Amino acid sequence: MNADHSSLLCDIQTHQISRRMLLASGASTSLLSSISRAFASDENTRKNQVQTPKNVILLWLEGGPSQWETFDPHPTSRFGGEAKAIQTTVKDLTISDLLPQTAEIMHHAALIRSLTSKEGDHQRAIYNIKAGYRPDPTLIHPAIGAVLCHQDPQTVDIPRHISIIPQNSPGRGGYLGAEHDAFKVNDPASPVPDVRSNVSKKRADQRITDLYSTVEKEFRRGRLQKLEMERTLHKTATDAALQMMSSDQLDAFDVTKESATLRDSFGDTAFGRGCLAAVRLIQAGARCVEVTLGGWDSHVTNHRLQAAGCATLDPALASLIKLLKERDLFESTLVVCGGEFGRTPRINPAEGRDHWPHGFPMLLAGCGIGQGRVYGGTAPEPKLDASNPLEHVENPVTIGDLHATIYTALGLEPHLEYQTPIGRPMKRSDGNPIREILRKA
Amino acid sequence: MQVLGHLLQRTVRWGWLFFLIFIAFRHLTSGLSETPTSLGNVALTSSQAKPLTKVIDSSIDSIARKPDSSQGNRWTEDDQIDLHLSIENANRVHDTHLLALGLRKSEVADWLTICRRLSLALVGSGLSLEEIRELENYPTEHRERVHLQNLLADSRHHHYWAERWARYLVGTEGGQFIVYRRRRFRIWLAEVISENRPYDQMVHDLLTAEGLWTDRPEVNFYTATFDSNDGNADPIRLAARTARVFLGLRIDCLQCHDDFLGNVNLGDADHLREGKQEDFHQLASFFTAAKTNGLQGIKSGFSDYKYRYLDENQEVTVEPKVPYDQHLMPNVDDPRERLAGWITHPENKQAARSAVSHIWGLLLGLPIGNSVDNLPLDDDAHPLLDALAQDFIEHRYDMRRLIKVISGLDAFRLDSRADFTVTQQHESEYAVFPLVQLRPEQVAGSIIQASRIKKTDRDSSLLLQFQKLAATNEFVQRFGDRGEDELESEHVTITQRLLMMNGKMVRESVESNPILNTTAHLSMFAKDDSMVVENAYLCVLNRLPTKTEQERFVQRLGESQNRSEAIEDLMWVLTNSSELTWNH
Repeated sequence: MNADHSSLLCDIQTHQISRRMLLASGASTSLLSSISRAFASDENTRKNQVQTPKNVILLWLEGGPSQWETFDPHPTSRFGGEAKAIQTTVKDLTISDLLPQTAEIMHHAALIRSLTSKEGDHQRAIYNIKAGYRPDPTLIHPAIGAVLCHQDPQTVDIPRHISIIPQNSPGRGGYLGAEHDAFKVNDPASPVPDVRSNVSKKRADQRITDLYSTVEKEFRRGRLQKLEMERTLHKTATDAALQMMSSDQLDAFDVTKESATLRDSFGDTAFGRGCLAAVRLIQAGARCVEVTLGGWDSHVTNHRLQAAGCATLDPALASLIKLLKERDLFESTLVVCGGEFGRTPRINPAEGRDHWPHGFPMLLAGCGIGQGRVYGGTAPEPKLDASNPLEHVENPVTIGDLHATIYTALGLEPHLEYQTPIGRPMKRSDGNPIREILRKA
Repeated sequence: MQVLGHLLQRTVRWGWLFFLIFIAFRHLTSGLSETPTSLGNVALTSSQAKPLTKVIDSSIDSIARKPDSSQGNRWTEDDQIDLHLSIENANRVHDTHLLALGLRKSEVADWLTICRRLSLALVGSGLSLEEIRELENYPTEHRERVHLQNLLADSRHHHYWAERWARYLVGTEGGQFIVYRRRRFRIWLAEVISENRPYDQMVHDLLTAEGLWTDRPEVNFYTATFDSNDGNADPIRLAARTARVFLGLRIDCLQCHDDFLGNVNLGDADHLREGKQEDFHQLASFFTAAKTNGLQGIKSGFSDYKYRYLDENQEVTVEPKVPYDQHLMPNVDDPRERLAGWITHPENKQAARSAVSHIWGLLLGLPIGNSVDNLPLDDDAHPLLDALAQDFIEHRYDMRRLIKVISGLDAFRLDSRADFTVTQQHESEYAVFPLVQLRPEQVAGSIIQASRIKKTDRDSSLLLQFQKLAATNEFVQRFGDRGEDELESEHVTITQRLLMMNGKMVRESVESNPILNTTAHLSMFAKDDSMVVENAYLCVLNRLPTKTEQERFVQRLGESQNRSEAIEDLMWVLTNSSELTWNH
């Protein structure tokens, strides 16, 4: 048996500190870890703060969209299926005819067509792409949104890391702390959960008064010094929650504040509303908003499912890019659109395509990304050699490379080293940025 | 006559239908409401409390034997004495350690606080008022012991700890649906806990598992890793898992390179050396002996492992070896048997330390040292951990006994407040009981339990159990499941506070509901406002209110024009307190 796992659990380059050094500094004291993480802002972080806040909108296509029916069609191939290729606004770049509106904005975007990973299972692959590392039982890696919020000390009344229609995989704070977990909301057609008190203001105020002046006061008596600041943060979090409940910024979740014409352009779908809300939330001060569109797992009737997904994705993606430009947010906001893997060249007997992590696409647009660029490619007639599945992938890109590219585009050092709560050094990303699609390349 | 016969036939038919509906309704709602007798007790003070259930035998010792009544697992007087000796010995070790550090201890907490800790640790929720009133029938000095015995015999404990152990052993990932059955694995663990199978047997059964994942649930320890190794057991993941769970060593870095900073030291106790890449892969090699054999599932074979080490050009065959104390390995052919025999060898103290560390973590919510699963061979283990590990080995890896020992220690029983200034060091050295944020499922369990007078368990109605399961899952998802890192200490987040203040579970728990919850019961049956406040505190926080609290909330209730709403507000305040969401 050969267990030559090329994606390693750790990176030799990251080891710059020993356990003894860490213990000596007291940094591994678990009780202190989360608090210190919440308040500590190290030199590296300060150095990497950017002048203008950079943001991310992640359009997460959960289930594994097919490259053949989206951004990498090969209609003349025996594997091509029913999708046709249409010309985009970028010379010699074609995408699927299921994405006609997207074809019109491709000159604003860059396309990676050669993403590869080792993960063919949904859950593991989702973790891999959202966190930039393969699942590792010893720790949880932070999602891009968590990294972005962690390095930016500014605060607003609403959460800065938000997951709209999160399904099963909202971005995690991981070792950066639960405070950086994505705040989860469903279809913006529904109210934001848990931000409205169930009782009158008078009763709500009295409840808080009794909580602070009686029960909390009693709980603190004789216990740990600085209980609030060094352990629980209960009042701090409660005050922030109350501030959010009464904030005008909550309106950012409400897409009905936009014109009907604009809403229609995104499509009358939860995903479309989510994309529109994402722009409003970024305007209000959120740093990362992910919007999930499921339904791509087309093991049967592939074309029908992919077409349905594209019908929802296409107007929302195109309108999102246009609106970001209209509102002068395009230069400061990075749009990332893709799923956890692609789908097999071969169409199975159920007219479906199965999981394929060996060459699949990811669209990037906006902040720091060159426009109208394409990187990598897949062959129309891959040999399907299981021992060498990347043989026909041009310029393979790892998930680590993708993350390094995203962080670089956001003005963040991709190899900055964090210390996990147990003192394990861990880079933001273990890949290398793709200079060819970055703006200054 | 024909009409009469037809009428009779219809009456019988409809009668049967209504009867069946009635039976079904009765079954679904059983346990939702109190009998008049038990409801009446809500209004009683603790001193006036009468037994809610008939106490068959008031002898504490006879009750103490209840959970261990299976043949061959019976507790004798000698066992009890032996248990006390173990506790005294470990307490002495702890006292000496604190003395050396110059730390004072707090006083022992009151029995209700300790019983709450036991409930949170063993069943994942606070106590019910029913349980409190039952315990009040015993002399104060026996209440902890009775409660512990009751909990150890409680199926809630077996299933709750099965889930916690499952997280240690296979994580929280879904795995491949066809070949991985997490639920079956969890039920198998619940049986292990229920029958109090010795720890070494559990470890042996897991490591040497053979058969189909449906037929032999322990096989899922292997099949959980199939998704990352093309339908075969993944030796890398299994080696990393085994090192952490069974050995208390984090050697994951050695997968890729030798240790060069002194983070991982291995080898014999008197001759430790830097960890090498070989150490990790030699451990992984044992697991290649677990062969996937089609419909027969996992079968034992010979190890067959090749690996290309860092900076080498060629793969080499890697023989199975253990990372320290090789001489303890039994001389048998089956590599997995060798590994299991080595881990459970009585002289493998490191493995016993790891077991104690994990059980300690589940009981106290924090590790005994820096980490539950990072106990470096070259570090002096916490003296209490060493003492407990030795005791665990000497008592044949009896997990239930270990729980009794740890929960009898001062470290578990001391108050979290003191008449001296409490520092972080007091907490980390267990000179006081440390404040630990409850895990999401403990918070959900405590809220659900607080909203009901009676204990919510498998004897509760199906409707109630279903509600509890659905509500808990939804709550945990929104609150934020920490996955395998559930013993990492965190603080409260804004999302969590929003969920607690305005979320569905808390709202439904505190809103007056004549059938289902505590608020309505207090409103209807407590004899006066003072009793309302006292019982609300007992239900939610498992303690009596202080004088200040009692006066404040009695005044609130007295001033209110809507008593029911005022009780809801009281329940909301208590549910939203730090005290509910932190173990203290």
